[in-house]
Amino acid sequence: MRAKHQRLTLAIIAIVAVVAAGFLALFGLRDNAALFRTPAEISAEPVPAGQAFRLGGMVAQGSIEELPDGVSIRFLVQDAEAQVPVVYAGITPDLFAENSGVVAEGALDANGVFVADHILAKHDENYMPPELADVDLVGDPRQ
Amino acid sequence: MIAEAGLAALWLAAALCGLQLVFGVMALRSDGSGAVSAIRPVAIVQGLLTLFSFAMLVWLFLRTDLSVELVAANSHSAKPWLYKFSGTWGNHEGSMLLWVAILALSGSLVAMFESRLKERTLTATLAAQAAIGIGFYAFLIFASNPFARLSPAAPEGRGLNPLLQDPGLAFHPPTLYVGYVGLSIAFSFAVGALLTRDVGPTFARAMRPWVLASWIFLTIGIAAGSYWAYYELGWGGWWFWDPVENASLMPWLAATALLHSVTVLATRDALRAWTIMLAVVAFSMSMLGTFLVRSGVLTSVHAFAVDPQRGTFILGLLILYIGGALALYAMRVGTVREGSQFEFVSREGALVANNLLLSAILGIVLIGTLYPLGVEAVTGEQLSVGPPYFNATAGPLALLLVAAMAIGPLLRWRRDQWRNVMGRISLPVLVAALALMGLVLLTSPIGILPMLGLILAAGVAAASIAPLWKRNLRRTPMFVYGMVIAHLGIAVSMAGMAFESAFSEEVLVAASPGETHEVGPYAVTFDGTRPVAGANWTAVEGGLTVQRGEGEAFVLTPQSRMFSSPQTETNEAAIRTAWNGQLYTVLGSSDGAGRSQLRLWWKPFVTLIWLGALLIALGGLLSLIGRVRRERRTMEREAWA
Amino acid sequence: MSTDPAIEKQTAAMKRFILWVPLAIAAIFFGFFAYALYFGNSSPQQRAIESQLIGEPMPEFALEPSLASRPGLSSADLATGEPRLVNFFASWCVPCIAEAPQLMQLRDAGVAIDAIAVRDRPQDVYAFLERWGDPYERIGADTQSEAQLALGSSGVPETFVVDGDGVIVHQHIGDIRPEHVPEILAALENAR
Repeated sequence: MRAKHQRLTLAIIAIVAVVAAGFLALFGLRDNAALFRTPAEISAEPVPAGQAFRLGGMVAQGSIEELPDGVSIRFLVQDAEAQVPVVYAGITPDLFAENSGVVAEGALDANGVFVADHILAKHDENYMPPELADVDLVGDPRQ
Repeated sequence: MIAEAGLAALWLAAALCGLQLVFGVMALRSDGSGAVSAIRPVAIVQGLLTLFSFAMLVWLFLRTDLSVELVAANSHSAKPWLYKFSGTWGNHEGSMLLWVAILALSGSLVAMFESRLKERTLTATLAAQAAIGIGFYAFLIFASNPFARLSPAAPEGRGLNPLLQDPGLAFHPPTLYVGYVGLSIAFSFAVGALLTRDVGPTFARAMRPWVLASWIFLTIGIAAGSYWAYYELGWGGWWFWDPVENASLMPWLAATALLHSVTVLATRDALRAWTIMLAVVAFSMSMLGTFLVRSGVLTSVHAFAVDPQRGTFILGLLILYIGGALALYAMRVGTVREGSQFEFVSREGALVANNLLLSAILGIVLIGTLYPLGVEAVTGEQLSVGPPYFNATAGPLALLLVAAMAIGPLLRWRRDQWRNVMGRISLPVLVAALALMGLVLLTSPIGILPMLGLILAAGVAAASIAPLWKRNLRRTPMFVYGMVIAHLGIAVSMAGMAFESAFSEEVLVAASPGETHEVGPYAVTFDGTRPVAGANWTAVEGGLTVQRGEGEAFVLTPQSRMFSSPQTETNEAAIRTAWNGQLYTVLGSSDGAGRSQLRLWWKPFVTLIWLGALLIALGGLLSLIGRVRRERRTMEREAWA
Repeated sequence: MSTDPAIEKQTAAMKRFILWVPLAIAAIFFGFFAYALYFGNSSPQQRAIESQLIGEPMPEFALEPSLASRPGLSSADLATGEPRLVNFFASWCVPCIAEAPQLMQLRDAGVAIDAIAVRDRPQDVYAFLERWGDPYERIGADTQSEAQLALGSSGVPETFVVDGDGVIVHQHIGDIRPEHVPEILAALENAR
């Protein structure tokens, strides 16, 4: 009886631990998973200010400007339908340029400006962030 | 000819592998006697053949033989020889060949040195190892042949991703692979034991050195990878919870749990089914890691090329091996005789707690890594899971685990009294309390996790040395020292992490030449930039004159490099290490008017993170040597008896 | 050991059931993997599906000449009344070398081919064509990958078949191997 009893206790402890870990993971995911959004999606369905997400699109032609502090830049991320202004303080990654695809991590502020904490690095000219693979960056020229 | 010789050796090895599997199965179906003497040489020759095959590929890379597609795509005649050498495994096919070579060689080592196991179990183990081998040989030969010729030959190679041109990274993948693939031995042992129902202390003692060895390599590999990311990416972080990093962390977590449960099985003959399960899980995590990194299912900072055919192949292998092993487990483990009982308040009780916590952390990392896939599959929504999730969930559990680690080694096997335990942990608790006082009195308020981390680190450092208390140090077995040093390493590493996250200072400025900025104890003066050139890159180099108080001034030169083949930019951080931390400097873009972006960090005690990891590995090594020696002495005694 | 046999039986059944749980969990994971691999957004297949531009006119782009001896390429140049190929290539790309003979073969069969040199330097392009053959009529220099992005292409080499009105009718991702030549010729034929 003791043996059975102990085994059962252990099994119950293990199951409780697994379930608890699962709940912990789910709670964590609910608060901390960052969605991927394009400018078009944001204009259709605004993201609340302060909620972290990833913004993906193309850096608009002629939009990169340096801010007076010398370390921040402001640029527009666009896709075929909309634009979102982005502010980023920091060193821009390799191959960050106008007219090329970009994925930025951060959140919108109260004025609808996306404040980026990170701009994802592209490590070589063949790499396209997977999220951008099927975003229509340019739009239909006939419109 | 070299390429053809390498490929021929690979085919031959695959054929021998098939032979080994057939031999093993036949022997198991009959009474199994005498089969081992036939299987051993087959396993040994197979290992040597794969080694030869890999050596041929290295030779092709060193010669920059551009008639071989792999060399043309990943190497360049202008590269320094070291990177030609490491370029061998800096790509998919080459790294898979290395993987298979290590797999075959670890099989050879078992065939050569394993003498504890019953002959029948050893036969089953080698058969299982051959079964794993067959699939990976097929994958290599049919889906990623490293020796494919390019006709006509290329005029010049394409180079190697500049990020991978770094001495630290050159030896990072091989180290990790030895760790990954070494766990295949534990897997084969488990499958062999299930087939022959021979699970017990002998089996655990036979398996332990292999698990320990893999775990040591994994520890070193992960630490090296973390340091590489820290100084090469120029982002100032040492762990990004990137899928590739998680892919190497998960096998480590499983192997750590396995290491501890094997000890319980060897010492007390308990946790039989659980240990078998963990051995299967540990190697499954290794294969999963390979799959995640190699198939492009999860793209990340350093994911390699994308190829659905390969992904399909690897998925098939995963289903075959993991599914097969778990099905075998479900069918057979019920027939394994149950192990012994134990009390909860005892060393084995603490080890069960360790295993549960490690498994929970493993589950959380696994869920976090795969969650984006699952969500995409169900809703089509794309999301990413980053450090906030992992820190919030795995962080507290890791702290609990470390607390359990402080108490566990102070408990007796079989049974212990809480009263005695209280007495034994009083000193560590006192140390932790002092650390808390120090933090409150001397520093500004910090976050709750780093705070707990620092206090725990202090307490655990004291507790980890406690098992040596009142012992005859000369007669203490080596593996006890191993445990003490490894646990101390955990405390040291954790202290480094807590210091770095709580007390780092960061300065981001656009500096004109002559400007001075303060960061930590340093005054950094920007002297301007100048162009420099290397063998296959050009760079803008910033000059920083740095002074600490009244000390000697020195110069740091962070660079922003442009590589020509293939065209890539990288930021080379410049780092100055002092006894109490590191100054970490990165040069960003210039505005054309003489101002350049500078990013400066002062990271107190950050080096403890990797120093701790080295201690952990050293502890593992001592433990391994101690166990192997003791094992040998026992066997000699048995031989005389 | 005197326990109720019913309970005994129940525990045994329970235990047998629990043993299969790991396999079940693994099976769920495999399902997700297979899904992600074959249908997911980041799946290689997804990148290999035909561009959404099939049946659409070539997006607008205008590229400077890559070589001084030859005109550059803009989307307006493609509506010539005859179907033609647009080939993305680069001197730094090894599969491009592998497909060079097939492009030469297509040219010899009378197919008109224009090229877009991705992130490349004129002298490298020149050396590449010298060494591997030169099947191209126009070569545009896509230094910033803008044309590449406009066409939703993610790598080199990649080849588009456009009809006489400049509408994209076929996309070939990766190098054109000998076995792909008939397929390309058929697409050109259908575009007439």
